[in-house]
Amino acid sequence: MQYLSIMADFTVFLEKLNHVFIEKDRYKQMLIGLLNTFKITAGALVVGVIIGVIIAAVRTSYDKNKESMALNKGFGYYALSIINSFCKFYLTIIRGTPVVVQLMICYFIIFANARDGIPVAIFAFGINSGAYVAEIFRAGIMSIDNGQFEAGRSLGFNYLQTMKSIIIPQMFKAVLPTLCNEFIALLKETSVAGYVGVVDITKAGNTIAGRTYNYFIPLLTVALIYLIMVMILTKLVGRLERRLRKSDR
Amino acid sequence: MTDNVLIRVNDLKKHYNGGAVKALDGIDCEIKKGEVVVIIGPSGSGKSTLLRSLNLLEIPTSGQIYFEGTDITAKKVNINAHRQKMGMVFQHFNLFPNMTVLKNMTLAPVKLLGKQKAEAKEKALELLKRVGLEDRADAYPSQLSGGQKQRVAIVRSLAMNPDVILFDEPTSALDPEMVGEVLDVMKELAEDGMTMVVVTHEMGFAREVGDRVIFMDDGKILEEGTPEQIFGNPQNPRLKDFLSKVL
Ligand SMILES: Nc1ncnc2c1ncn2[C@@H]1O[C@H](COP(=O)(O)OP(=O)(O)OP(=O)(O)O)[C@@H](O)[C@H]1O
Ligand SMILES: [Mg+2]
Repeated sequence: MQYLSIMADFTVFLEKLNHVFIEKDRYKQMLIGLLNTFKITAGALVVGVIIGVIIAAVRTSYDKNKESMALNKGFGYYALSIINSFCKFYLTIIRGTPVVVQLMICYFIIFANARDGIPVAIFAFGINSGAYVAEIFRAGIMSIDNGQFEAGRSLGFNYLQTMKSIIIPQMFKAVLPTLCNEFIALLKETSVAGYVGVVDITKAGNTIAGRTYNYFIPLLTVALIYLIMVMILTKLVGRLERRLRKSDR
Repeated sequence: MTDNVLIRVNDLKKHYNGGAVKALDGIDCEIKKGEVVVIIGPSGSGKSTLLRSLNLLEIPTSGQIYFEGTDITAKKVNINAHRQKMGMVFQHFNLFPNMTVLKNMTLAPVKLLGKQKAEAKEKALELLKRVGLEDRADAYPSQLSGGQKQRVAIVRSLAMNPDVILFDEPTSALDPEMVGEVLDVMKELAEDGMTMVVVTHEMGFAREVGDRVIFMDDGKILEEGTPEQIFGNPQNPRLKDFLSKVL
């Protein structure tokens, strides 16, 4: 008897699933949403890492060189001080306001003429993520023993070469887990893209829920998709970390 | 300037906290080619600051440092080119932990001297052989003992063919049983004619290997001379006091 009732429940569930996703090809909307979530996350990640590298470079070179440059204050000193202050200003603004507000300001004010929300979302999330990535990189660089820097400089590498060949590779290894967490946070944060008319996976699920009067299935499906993506990412980074750790045996 | 002078230091000062701390308070000295100069003195006397000023890891407050005839404290000087000729060995080794021994040694020759990888590798292996570590070429620094790390650090600086090597307490971070193996390598280097400036607390090394000993206190050179003079017939009361504590 019980077996039969489970079967019946299951049939009902399948019907609902059919109604929610298959009828009117609604699953296609989910796929489009998923693709857009990928696009925004990947795009924002690239923008964020580029911004993060630049800002971390400015901030750390200012911190490391201000003492020696202050001795003979030249153009470089003033230029670096101004750029450094600008970076600090950017970090304060971005980290002091909610990302969804930044997104809406970008879409409705700065790019008010934009017809496609996706590039704007990539821009907004990239700018936002850049602030966090910058601080991750900066903390990473600061965590590397200054002796490494001195060893590089005393071999004859200039500042940038030392950073590139010696400090950055070690920094990258040190910050990888934190960077991955930032990436995962970014993936989840893109779920507010719907505020500027972008159909991401969350928006798609929500729209289907409204059309079919079924919230349970679409929203749990959306949650499950995020969860699976995060779990895959976590696994990949774990593997990469283990490979990088070979030198610490 | 006589041409066998490699480094000449002229009235060098290094002040911290707006002059409250005078780490170097008017240093004049010369390092000749092929000479082994040992710097001794109590803690905080400015030995490291002087040594690190020689390749401008510390920026002097005033004074000049001439290296191979060039004033490297002048504004327009490309210090990186000069540093290639001045090796440095640190108390804490400062090997690159994410690179193998071989990579540690070939990185700078390949990137800065434009050597072929194979050529740099060959030279590195030859140097490793000299210090008895040819079988550790593919090891990572974390897999080496302290003494081995410091020997690698020494040959890493040798791989750049420097004209002088600066040592800042190269054996102070080592377990006692490993001090000898590092000092032996340094002694061999000295015998091969390498110019060396060594800050150390190893008075045995200073006496045996040093051509000249410099005694510093309070950021000044208080006495300098041959090991025989410094250890056998010290003049300055503070040097006498220092020696009575360390010998
Ligand atoms: N960054 C700094 N800021 C302020 N004072 C400093 C700084 N670096 C060094 N000093 C001071 O300069 C003086 C000389 O330091 P230095 O490290 O050269 O001494 P040292 O002879 O190498 O001593 P040790 O044998 O302990 O290594 C000390 O009084 C030290 O406190
Ligand atoms: Mg010291």
